[in-house]
Amino acid sequence: MSKKTIALAGQPNSGKSTVFNSLTGARQYVANYPGVTVEKMTGWYKRKGETVEVVDLPGAYSLTSYSPEERVTRRVLLHDPLSAVINVLDAANLRRSLYLTIQLLEMEVPLILALNMMDVAESQGVGLDVQGLSKELGAPVVPTVMTRGRGREELLDAVADMSKISNLSKNSARSSAAHLNLYPKAASALKELEELLAAEEDLRTDFPVSWLAIKLMEGDSEVLESVRERTGSDRLVVRAHELRAAFEAEHDLRPELYISSQRSQRAAEIARRFEKRRGSDKVPFSERVDRVLCHRFFGPLFLAVIVYGFYYLSFVQGYNLTHYVWPILAGFRSFMEGILPQPGLIELPVFREFVLWIVDNANALLNYVPIFFILFALIAILEDSGYMPRIAFILDRILRRFGLHGQSTLSMILGGVVLGGCAVPAVMATKGIPDEKSRLATILTLPMLNCQAKLPLYFLLISIYFNETVRLPFFGDVSQQSIVIVFIQTISLLFVLPIAKILSMTVLKNMETAPFIMEMPPYHVPTFRGVLGRAIERVWLYIRKITTVVVAIAVVLFVLLHFPGLTPERKTHYEAEKDQAVQAFLASVQGKSLAEELKTEEDVLSLILFQQGYRNLLRSGAKPETREAYGEKNPAFFEIIQNRKSEEARSIERELKKLISFRSTTLTAIRKERIDNSVLGQLGRALEPISKYAGFNWRVNVAVLSTLAAKENSVSTLGALYVKEETGAEADSDNGDTLEARMRDQEEDFTPLHAMALMLFMVLCPPCLPTVMAIKVQTGSTKWMLFSFFFPLLLGLLTAILVFSGGSALGLDGFQAMWRFYLIALSLTIIMAFFKPKSQNKAELWLALRKGGDRTHGDAF
Amino acid sequence: MLPEKTVTVEKTLAELDPGETGRVLGIEGSGVLAQRLIDMGLYPGVLAVMLRRAPFGDPIEVEAEGAYITLRKDEARFVKVKKSA
Repeated sequence: MSKKTIALAGQPNSGKSTVFNSLTGARQYVANYPGVTVEKMTGWYKRKGETVEVVDLPGAYSLTSYSPEERVTRRVLLHDPLSAVINVLDAANLRRSLYLTIQLLEMEVPLILALNMMDVAESQGVGLDVQGLSKELGAPVVPTVMTRGRGREELLDAVADMSKISNLSKNSARSSAAHLNLYPKAASALKELEELLAAEEDLRTDFPVSWLAIKLMEGDSEVLESVRERTGSDRLVVRAHELRAAFEAEHDLRPELYISSQRSQRAAEIARRFEKRRGSDKVPFSERVDRVLCHRFFGPLFLAVIVYGFYYLSFVQGYNLTHYVWPILAGFRSFMEGILPQPGLIELPVFREFVLWIVDNANALLNYVPIFFILFALIAILEDSGYMPRIAFILDRILRRFGLHGQSTLSMILGGVVLGGCAVPAVMATKGIPDEKSRLATILTLPMLNCQAKLPLYFLLISIYFNETVRLPFFGDVSQQSIVIVFIQTISLLFVLPIAKILSMTVLKNMETAPFIMEMPPYHVPTFRGVLGRAIERVWLYIRKITTVVVAIAVVLFVLLHFPGLTPERKTHYEAEKDQAVQAFLASVQGKSLAEELKTEEDVLSLILFQQGYRNLLRSGAKPETREAYGEKNPAFFEIIQNRKSEEARSIERELKKLISFRSTTLTAIRKERIDNSVLGQLGRALEPISKYAGFNWRVNVAVLSTLAAKENSVSTLGALYVKEETGAEADSDNGDTLEARMRDQEEDFTPLHAMALMLFMVLCPPCLPTVMAIKVQTGSTKWMLFSFFFPLLLGLLTAILVFSGGSALGLDGFQAMWRFYLIALSLTIIMAFFKPKSQNKAELWLALRKGGDRTHGDAF
Repeated sequence: MLPEKTVTVEKTLAELDPGETGRVLGIEGSGVLAQRLIDMGLYPGVLAVMLRRAPFGDPIEVEAEGAYITLRKDEARFVKVKKSA
C-alpha cells in the first residue's frame, strides 16, 4: 500500500511545531528542500494500521513568490500528492490566521483547519463558532490545544475522513465562484484569464485554474514564468500584463495590492462573524509586559541583566560543571591507555600514540559539553518565550548602524558575544535574518567572536604573561589578568562591528536587502520539553562536529606531525643512551632484596609502568581500598614506589626517579626532533619569514595551523610541542599548570607583546573548518566560504603584525600595546557608526521601492 | 475636490506619536514592502495604533487588529494614515 502524506501549513507563531511534535512524537527527521536553504521537517505516525507521513511546511504569512519559504510551501502544496493539508490557526488571533487560510483555499488543497491554542483564546475571553466557521469556509474545523494533546484524535479522524474523498473535485466549483465575489473589481479580468487558462490542457490538469488566474493577475513572477514555459508561448503572459495595466489605469492601484487587501478584509469580516469577544478592550498580557520590557529605560536595563545572567549561568556555573565532566573524560583516557599496546622505555607504539591523540583532541572539546548545554538551553528559553524579537527591537537601531540587523543578536549570543559560544550553531541561526545583506555581514563576522574554543589559549597566555599588578584611577590596584580578560572579551565586538560595516559598504554593497518588518509574538512560558529538545539538538550538532570533522583533521595533523620521523642514526643514538641508563639503574639496585625481581630491561619497564599506573590512580582520586588492591598486584614494587617502610626502598626509589626523569627527557628530545623534522614543522618554519613580523615562531605557527580543525587544538598542540610528560599527549588541559611552566621555561624569548599579538590573531583567526562548512551550507556559495576563510586570516595576520612590529618599534610592552590598540579599535568603531556611505540607505531604499510605479496604492474600497 | 483638507490630516505611520491611532489609507511604493506590510496585517482600511518607539528611537511598534508589528521608520514612512482623534 502506498504511504499517505499530509502537510502542515500555518503562519509563524501559530503553534504549528507543537502540532507537528504532537502528531509525530520523536519520529522526525530534518533535511533541506532541494536547491534552497529552507529546512524540511518530516515525521510520521501510525494509526489504525496505516502509516502517515507528515511534512511540516515552513511558517509563512502569505503565499507569494517573494521569499524562499513561501515558494517552497507553494511548490509542495501544488506538486506533492497530499491527502490532506492541516492549516494550523491561532485561535486567539483568528483574523491574522485566516489571511493564509483564504490563500490555501484558493489553491484548492484538501484543507483541514486546526484551531490551535483554544485555551489561550478562552483565557482572553474569545469564543469561537466552530460549526459556523466550518460551514462558511467549506472545510472541517477542529479545535485543539496541542500543548496538552487536546483535539489530537479528532484531528486525526478528520485526516482519515478527508483521505476518503477524492481531491480537488469537491471545492473547486465553490472556490471559483467565491473568488469572483472576493475580488469584484477584478472579476472580469480574472474570468477572462481563467477561460484562457482552461483552454490549456497541460495547465488545467496540473494546477487549479482559478488560482493560476489570480496569480497571473497579481503578476507573480514564478507563476508567469511557469505558464510561459508550459504553454510554450508568451500569449497568456502578455494578456495578463495588459489586464494588469488596464486595472491599474482604471483603479489607480496595483492589482496584487488590491487582491491582498481584499483577502485581509475578508479575513477580518469572517473573524468578526464567528468570534465572540468578551471584554475585548482588555489590553493583552504580552502588551502589558512589553510596556516594561520594551521601555525606553527599563528595556535596555532588563536586557543587560539577561545578558549578565547568560554569562553567569553558562560561563561561571557551566565552568564549574566541567569539574565533574573532566574526571569522566580523563577516566576514559586512562582506560584507553590500559588497553592499548604498552609503551617501551623509549619507544612509543605509533598506534598507541595515535589513539591517545584522537582521544585528547575529542576530550578537549567534549569537556565543554555542559557549558554548551546550559548555553543552548538558555537560548532556547529566550527563543520560546518570545523575548528574542524584543531584543531585535531594542538593538536594531545600533546594529543597523554597522550593517547588521536586529535579528543578528541571536547569532551573536550563540557565537560568543558574552565570551564563550560556538560559531557553528551561530551561523546556522542566521537563517532567521530576512535581509540578505545583513545576514551575510553577520555570517562573515560571527567567527570573530570569542567562541568557547578560543578561551583556553587566552587563559594560558594570560596566566603566563600578564601577572603584574597595575594601579588604575578609581579602581586602585588591579591585576593585569582581569584587565586583559575584559579586553579580550570586548575587543571581539570592536572587530565585528566596524568590519561588518566595512564589508556591507564594499563586498556586500550590491546584495539584496529587505525591509525590517517583524511580528512581535505573544509571550509564552517555554515548555520543558521544547527547551530540552532544542538544547540537545544543538549540543548534538556540536558533538557531531567533534566526531566527524575534528577527528578527521586530527588524523591528518597526526600524520603531518609524525612524518617522516627520526633517522635510523638518531634512533641508534637514543637506543645506546637508553641501554646505558638501564644498566646503571640495574647495577645500583643489585643485591637488594626488594630488587630481586629486577633483572632485565622488561622488569624495569614494568616497574615504571606500575609506578605510573599508581600515579594515575592517585590523580583520579581513588579510594584507599582501590589503592590497596592495586598494591597487592605486586607487593615488592608497591613497597618501592611507596618508599615509606625502609631505607632500601627509599634508595631504589631514588634511582627509579632518576631513570624516569632520564626517560622523560629522552622522550621529549625524540618528540621535539620528530616534530622538527615533520611536514608540519617544516611548514611552520617555512612561514617563519613572514610570521616573525607578527612575533610567531615556528612552534606557534604549527599550533595555529592545528587550530584549523578546532580552535581547542592550539593548546593541545602547544602541549605536544612543549612536551615534558611521559606520553606527551597527556600534557593537556587537565594539567595546564605544567604546560604553562613548560612554555615559560622553553620559550624564553616570548614576551607579553608576543602573547598579545598571538591573542589578537586568535580573535580574528580564520573560522575552524566546521564553521567554514556551516558557512558554505548557509550561504550556498563556495565563493563566500573561501572569503570567510581567507579574509580573517589576512586581517588577523595584519593585526598581529601591527601590534607586534608596531609595538616593538615604539618599545611598548604587551600591556601598553593592548590598550593603545583598544583605543584604535574603539575609535574605528565609533567612526564607522556615524559613517554613512553616500548613495546608500534612504535614497537607495526609496528608489528600490519606487521601482515599477510611483504612486500611492490604496483606497482599495 | 477639497485637497487641502485631506492633506492636513494625512500623516505617515512614522509620524504618529506613541498612543496615537490612525487608519491606513494606502501604502506608497510597490513590490516587496507593500506586500509584506499587507501580509503582516497593515492593509488599507485597518486601524493602526502606534504603541512605542524602541529605546534608541527606532524601530517602532504598532498594533493593528490584534497583530503586533515592528518596523523601521524607513519603512513606516511609506504607510499613509489618517490620524484619528
